[in-house]
Amino acid sequence: MSVNTADVAKIASLARIKVSEAQLEAMVPELNGILAWVEQLGEVDVTGVTPMTAVIPNTLRLRDDVVNADPLTGGDIRDAVLANAPVAEHGFFGVPKVIE
Amino acid sequence: MRNNRSERMTDLTELGVAALRDGVASGAFTATEVASAFNAAVEAAQGALNAFIVTTPDAALAAAGKVDAARAAGQPLGKMAGVPIGMKDLFATKGVQTTAASKILEGFVPPYESTVSQKLWDAGAGMLGKLNLDQFAMGSSNETSGFGNVISPWRKGDDTTPLAPGGSSGGSSAAVAARIAPAATGTDTGGSIRQPAAFTGISGIKPTYGRCSRWGVVAFASSLDQAGPMARDVRDCAIMLEAMAGFDPKDSTSLDLAVPAWEAGLNADMRGKKVGIPREYRVDGLDADVAKSWEDGIAWLKDAGAEIVDISLPHTKYALPTYYIIAPAEASSNLARYDGVRYGLRDLPDGANLQEMYAATRAAGFGDEVKRRILIGTYVLSAGFYDAYYTQAQKVRALIAQDFAKAFETVDVILTPTAPSAAFALGQKSTDPVEMYLNDVFSVPASLAGLPAMSVPAGLSRDGLPLGLHVIGRPLDEQGVLNASLALEQRAQFSAKPGKWW
Amino acid sequence: MSSYRIQGATGEWEVVIGLEVHAQITTQAKLFSGSATAFGAEPNTQVSLVDAAMPGMLPVPNRECIRQAVRTGMAIDAQINTWSRFDRKNYFYADLPQGYQISQLYHPLVGEGSIEIALDDKNPDAGTKVIGIERIHVEQDAGKLMHDQHPTMSYVDLNRSGVALMEIVSRPDMTSPAEAGAYLTKLRQILRYVGSCDGNMDQGSMRADVNVSVRRAGEPLGTRTETKNVNSVRFVMAAIEHEASRQVDVLEAGGKIVQETRLFDPGTGTTRSMRSKEDAHDYRYFPDPDLLPLVLDQAFLDECRASLPELPDAKRTRYTDVLGLSAYNAAVLTADVDTAAWFETLITASAAKQGKDEAAVAKQAANWLTSELFGALNKLGKGLEDSPVSPTSAAELLALIGDGTISGSIAKQVLEKMLETGDGAAAIVEREGLKQTTDTGAIEAAVDAVLAANADKVEQYRGGKEALFGFFVGQTMKAMAGKGNPQLVNQVLKAKLG
Repeated sequence: MSVNTADVAKIASLARIKVSEAQLEAMVPELNGILAWVEQLGEVDVTGVTPMTAVIPNTLRLRDDVVNADPLTGGDIRDAVLANAPVAEHGFFGVPKVIE
Repeated sequence: MRNNRSERMTDLTELGVAALRDGVASGAFTATEVASAFNAAVEAAQGALNAFIVTTPDAALAAAGKVDAARAAGQPLGKMAGVPIGMKDLFATKGVQTTAASKILEGFVPPYESTVSQKLWDAGAGMLGKLNLDQFAMGSSNETSGFGNVISPWRKGDDTTPLAPGGSSGGSSAAVAARIAPAATGTDTGGSIRQPAAFTGISGIKPTYGRCSRWGVVAFASSLDQAGPMARDVRDCAIMLEAMAGFDPKDSTSLDLAVPAWEAGLNADMRGKKVGIPREYRVDGLDADVAKSWEDGIAWLKDAGAEIVDISLPHTKYALPTYYIIAPAEASSNLARYDGVRYGLRDLPDGANLQEMYAATRAAGFGDEVKRRILIGTYVLSAGFYDAYYTQAQKVRALIAQDFAKAFETVDVILTPTAPSAAFALGQKSTDPVEMYLNDVFSVPASLAGLPAMSVPAGLSRDGLPLGLHVIGRPLDEQGVLNASLALEQRAQFSAKPGKWW
Repeated sequence: MSSYRIQGATGEWEVVIGLEVHAQITTQAKLFSGSATAFGAEPNTQVSLVDAAMPGMLPVPNRECIRQAVRTGMAIDAQINTWSRFDRKNYFYADLPQGYQISQLYHPLVGEGSIEIALDDKNPDAGTKVIGIERIHVEQDAGKLMHDQHPTMSYVDLNRSGVALMEIVSRPDMTSPAEAGAYLTKLRQILRYVGSCDGNMDQGSMRADVNVSVRRAGEPLGTRTETKNVNSVRFVMAAIEHEASRQVDVLEAGGKIVQETRLFDPGTGTTRSMRSKEDAHDYRYFPDPDLLPLVLDQAFLDECRASLPELPDAKRTRYTDVLGLSAYNAAVLTADVDTAAWFETLITASAAKQGKDEAAVAKQAANWLTSELFGALNKLGKGLEDSPVSPTSAAELLALIGDGTISGSIAKQVLEKMLETGDGAAAIVEREGLKQTTDTGAIEAAVDAVLAANADKVEQYRGGKEALFGFFVGQTMKAMAGKGNPQLVNQVLKAKLG
């Protein structure tokens, strides 16, 4: 499979990365080079193979339903949560107005 | 007197983790003297090597002061007491800028400390600074950093061409090799500890996936990322890995297992052990120096008593393409959070709406390689392509893991070269992405299978540059990996170090 | 109701409806972090570093969320998948800090199940219909955007970000707004019984994405639209009505239905296209590499099943078949888990007070509760949950009726006093002297006086106008201030009138 400028523009839009026309032109052969290379995987016979789900056999641990059991993963830390925000006002993050 | 003191301070930077720890514990020198010596070395090298994104001499001194006070009070000292280290800038450090070497995180000061770095501080280590790396750990030469290239302390003889320190943990490898840090943290997704260690003549181990908590480590590819130590020798790595590893309930993929006493378990006697030599790693056109060092390694392990066994890992050639589907796919999603809303860079062009702000912010903040991988990852996960790429890759990944499992039914460890060549010049490979990706050809298979793997210095190439040997072990058998690596280290007698040209 | 059709200009159209209900799982802490889930907190106070998607943060699932979703699945007879997995749904929005929602696409926790709805809840004979449920999966809620607080900015509150939701996906088995309403009501009832969701639709604990399409009878399914986040049963029904007739209008005018996301405006009862979600969707789902497969063991499943309460359908059947209640009363009393619990406490207390078994007092209690107490509370603008009369004090009142101490009409007065003062029934009867008179002498005297005062009517009665009997009863009771035992009054009147 190979991509053209329109495909790359669509992918970039999905990934929310603004790219100029010139950048698009440059990316097409690069991405095609990578894609052509990874496509050799298609030749592997994977009949009956289950895709890997856990690299080291292990199942999901569940935690107890306790609020703020560990302060590192608990709430009540609004100042810390907002401290690095480009725009924070009245306890909220601010973003350009959204029209739903 | 003053001269003596200064000489002694210089000497201190020649010491590794074990020697520093033991010297501080015995009172041969103080942790503060150690920290001061390394702070000075860092300062002196920073302009030339650019190994650090920020330096934190005060943090190093504060930690040292605590260790000295604890020792004076007769309190027990931690595993890393008095050892100042470099912290790869992928680990969140409370109150100290953490960027993943990306402009998108410039100025981000985490209100939290990663589990691994916290464990190191708890063990008595101090922080010299945040080490440069490939942006979001994506790269093999440190040329993708948003904060400038790291220059390897190594040079080809009198040739002053700047060489790559390897990547992504290039700041870590450069700092340890240049003796401006006795040890450093690294992270390894497809070889990011092992390849830079090989390039700079130091040791580094990536433990079994799940040994070290990923909590607080900026994520690149979640199913592959593992932290590990980079230091001068095997013993230092064992000491530091003990301090870094351990169960963390905050990481669902963390292994709930006790941390073995790896340092105490070190044993270079390989009698009764079988070492596998995978024939698929003998790739066409393998660099002659690399091939020779591999032969040396085989001979050394034989000398240590091991039986050498020819093995097959049939899906080896598919490991890199598999990796370059899975890692970008995970990265494309992991890096979606850098959107200019809660932290980091925001680029809001006049009149831009929310989605345009995202696109502008991410365009301005991410470097080219990061963008490239996000786009590849986005593409392989997109509607209509998911099964052909991602599902296929996870199936091949299962086959690669099966290859290893089968091999480990007969052998205890596997020996390969770490990288297909010695360090290359900066700029030499940055034009063709795929050529750069091929650097990880020997390190990626173990990453895909989550296996512990270590690089140790094997010797020098004909150009006088370090080469590494790579030991891969069974899941959870870090001890086996460390022991085989120790056997190699004892026979390689690697003592070369870069000349101090900075 | 099953024959709901839209009469278009060119003929009849059928409506096909499927609902995706998002139900907030009742837990203390969030799905993947330890921050609280309480409603109405100050903005961004219930946000952890994990919920704000700080670099390097990782999810660890809350057992209770999984447990409640499994119990819910069991309550709708669904397949429970002992191996499931979380996937990432990738998209960019300001209420989604990670840039992806952790959800379950490929391997949901709960598979196929079903819910039976009554086609007319006022008429038990109207029959039932089974609505298929395709799956229930567990996922994270998003944060909230505030658009009206600043002229050029929207504000982001992440308190809800990461709260656990069950997404309950129905089959497109509903064919009228009423069926959709009945389904949603029934689902809410079951969730509240199980205790997995409080069902508070006005607080957003339960909301529905409504998928609607129309077609002519016998034709294949039409293109559907999805109206997002409708938050009441009434609005769901209104949204379907509007959306179905809008689609008919479009099709009859020669247009095409666009598969799109729409928004319901409760003010106008209409739906409109959502501009912000117009973007072509490509969510790039893939297994979340931060989480491992979720494997449930038998002990976990056993506990989930053992802790399930009696469910609404079983309870209603028991109320009619074992307790002898009317179908109507059984439906009313089982409609909500709290009502049923109140009723059951009442009959337990009543049975104890009256020395009878529960079945013997259930009918009296049910009738009194549905007609007397509900009516009285309604007048006060109160619900059962804030009734000043507890089940135990109600049992005391019912015992006084049961042993003939007071009559039904006096009981009404006593209840009013109880609601007013909070005093016990017996104390009020004693204080106000409301005890029923069983003294035949007093009743005979009262009857004699009534008959004497109404000689003309006595004549008419004896002349065959027997309908006047009720008049004499009423006059006698009035003369006795309601305290005469009705049976004795009847007996005495019958005897004296001959």
